[in-house]
Amino acid sequence: MIPRRDVLAGLAATGAGALLAPRAAFARARTDRRLVVVILRGGIDGLSLLPPVDERAYYDRRPRIAIAKPGSGNDAAIALGGSFGLHPALAPLAPLYRAGQLLPVAAVGLPMRTRSHFDAQDVLENGTERPRGRRDGWLNRALVAIDGGQTGLGLSVGHGMPLMIRGAAPVRSWEPKVLPQADAGFLDQLAMLYAGDPMFAKALRQARRSAASVPPAMGGGRMGGRLMRGRRAIQTLARATGKLLAQADGPRIAVVEAGGWDTHVNQKGVLNRRLPQLATGLITLKDTLGPAWDKTAVLVVTEFGRTVAENGGRGTDHGTAGTALLLGGAVNGGRIAGRWPGLSERALYEGRDLRPTTDMRSLFKGVLRDHLRISQARLEDTVFPASRSAQPLGGLIRKA
Amino acid sequence: MSRRQAFIAVNRFGLGARPGELDLVARDPQRWIERQIRRGQAVPREFAELPDAADSIRVFLQSRRQGVREIKRVARSTLRARYIDEVNARARAHVRTKDPFHERMVAFWSNHFTVSAKRFFVAPLAGPYEREAIRPHVFGKFEDMLLAVVHHPAMLFYLDNVASIGPGSRAARFSRRGLNENLARELLELHTLGVDGGYGQADVRALARILTGWSVEGLGRRQHLSGRYQFRFFAHEPGPKLLLGRRYAEDGEAEGIAALRALARHPATARFIATKLARHFIADTPPQAAITALAHSFTKSGGDLAAVSRTLVRLKAVWNEPLPKVKTPYEYTISIFRALAVDRTPGRGYHPAFFLLGQMPFAAPSPKGWPDTAADWLAPEALMRRIEFARTLSRRLPRRLDPLPVLEASIGPVATRRTRTVISRAPSAREAMALLFASSEFQRR
Repeated sequence: MIPRRDVLAGLAATGAGALLAPRAAFARARTDRRLVVVILRGGIDGLSLLPPVDERAYYDRRPRIAIAKPGSGNDAAIALGGSFGLHPALAPLAPLYRAGQLLPVAAVGLPMRTRSHFDAQDVLENGTERPRGRRDGWLNRALVAIDGGQTGLGLSVGHGMPLMIRGAAPVRSWEPKVLPQADAGFLDQLAMLYAGDPMFAKALRQARRSAASVPPAMGGGRMGGRLMRGRRAIQTLARATGKLLAQADGPRIAVVEAGGWDTHVNQKGVLNRRLPQLATGLITLKDTLGPAWDKTAVLVVTEFGRTVAENGGRGTDHGTAGTALLLGGAVNGGRIAGRWPGLSERALYEGRDLRPTTDMRSLFKGVLRDHLRISQARLEDTVFPASRSAQPLGGLIRKA
Repeated sequence: MSRRQAFIAVNRFGLGARPGELDLVARDPQRWIERQIRRGQAVPREFAELPDAADSIRVFLQSRRQGVREIKRVARSTLRARYIDEVNARARAHVRTKDPFHERMVAFWSNHFTVSAKRFFVAPLAGPYEREAIRPHVFGKFEDMLLAVVHHPAMLFYLDNVASIGPGSRAARFSRRGLNENLARELLELHTLGVDGGYGQADVRALARILTGWSVEGLGRRQHLSGRYQFRFFAHEPGPKLLLGRRYAEDGEAEGIAALRALARHPATARFIATKLARHFIADTPPQAAITALAHSFTKSGGDLAAVSRTLVRLKAVWNEPLPKVKTPYEYTISIFRALAVDRTPGRGYHPAFFLLGQMPFAAPSPKGWPDTAADWLAPEALMRRIEFARTLSRRLPRRLDPLPVLEASIGPVATRRTRTVISRAPSAREAMALLFASSEFQRR
């Protein structure tokens, strides 16, 4: 019997491909649809992303940090033709909205109420109704639902692997290379060292598989470190995601994360600095995907929204419902999804937060069902266990 | 057997073996740790010439009074350099220390009470904060550490308490600022009770009100620029507050001190701290019995961290299994330099290594601090970086270095026969060193 690692090493050495199994065997089973989930950690302010410009209460409760009505100056919201605007720093995304490829979803929230970042992120990613409800993520369970986790569809971009995509299905990961790559001979010896340590052995196998699938041009080299610093980080990750997902036999489902949205102080300043990076990143993703963009849906989500009223430091504190963005060539956009609960005193959750009207899982399930064609039964059985109360949101994806 | 225990002592409770350390510790591993549990230890000399937090705050606030351009200039030059100096001083101290358990505890608590350089301007303060608020109390009382932490300007900046003003205070009449609940929430969730500790949103607001006025002197343009903690009575929310069912009558700063002491003594805090310690020192999923023993010790001793540390070291569970945890990138890097008996700081400093491996000291991604399980640190790509790092570093080692003594002195007691064989057959000494540092025995503790 030929040891498995030798087979792998051979594949890697010839650059023949990333997949354990021969490509042809799975060619028919592999989906050509792409899904990218962007996790914005820290709780991005939904009322700044998608300001409710017709609500008096919005301006009353945010005298200094509300986004101004469209047409009232440089800092004003971009009109979306309705009672909502788009944050001016997201201007690069406005053409997508007009082309029907951007679908903001208003007032989405988790199935449970918490104002803890860490519990909220855990629930956002584990796909149940409670923190630590599962040790694996819903996106990984979705990979298993699609192909048993067998055709290498999953990809994690950036440092570490978010819970959302951790689990039984193997997932490749990418981050900019800074150090010279270790050669195959050395890795073979290491594989021998790791033979008695399953955790290390598995991580090494997966890492080699990822390495084999990354075009050398994306190695980053010495520049890698610099590319990941500061304002270029999101763009670097977006470019890598786009290139990898564009490959014919590459991964299809990726998760990327970006932190720094916890705006307790000086919210306007922080968002004016960070949102352009996000917008540029998303456009970079679109551009690098090329024709594959037409088969792509990108979900931009966060753990919670923020308080309706501004606090003392021109910021906002942890709230409840927030805004999600769905964009891509496969998306049925150019409108606002979700039911708007309003900002009147009575409408608010605990008198302070936007009330969630759409369960985050309904949004996820809608995308997984209509875009990735995972059956509703599968979604309710395994991907989002016990989620019948959160029916999939229909009509998110353009009919092919 | 005792060499195996020595391995556990210097890795689980220390920072990895320096040459000779295993033999020294093998005489009495438990005693070697317990000897380090004492109060009033001098601050290691590596930190001797570094400025204190107040000095960096003065530099920052001074620049702020001169405008945005000056802030940017100072942040990029002086303050950035101070942060890098702190990172390297700490690494140097950790590579050389003879009290590694003491240093591990400093790092543990500094991570528990995270302030992060990810936040603008906190970078130069994080090192001094560890020295001033954490280090004096690692084997003292938990509540004293908690009080020192919440009184420290680094924490007051990091979690926005300096921007929090009681809505009913006199300051609110002149400023449009109001309550900011960031610090109060994280104090309850991350520092004391834990997220399931039985508090609600009303308690978060109450604690935020109690802590209004806890600030830094020199924020206002006309204030004396001391850069030190200051209780600003004008910003304090007047009136009684109800926190966790207990009423705190209006008493200025004393309210906060009383509330923090009560939080430190709460049973949920004991349980929360015990779980975190057990996860850090025993296993990713720690045994319940260990958690119970630690929580009991915490409660019985009134939060005496020396007593809790002794309980930890005396737990049977701790001495059974030699390699349950994966080292964090920081621990990994330090242990490599210790195994190599490095004394002088390498070329550009230690910080490029930490950056490469994804764990710049004092720069945790969130107030929760660095994560503490293998799943967080052993993503495939992260492992590949460690491997590449081990290889790159080994290529710079002297050609004639004999790898086998380094193996014996670092992972000798736990190295499998296979590991020994593969390493001894390596085509060159450098390759052998790279394999040693990349081996799973070396990456675990």
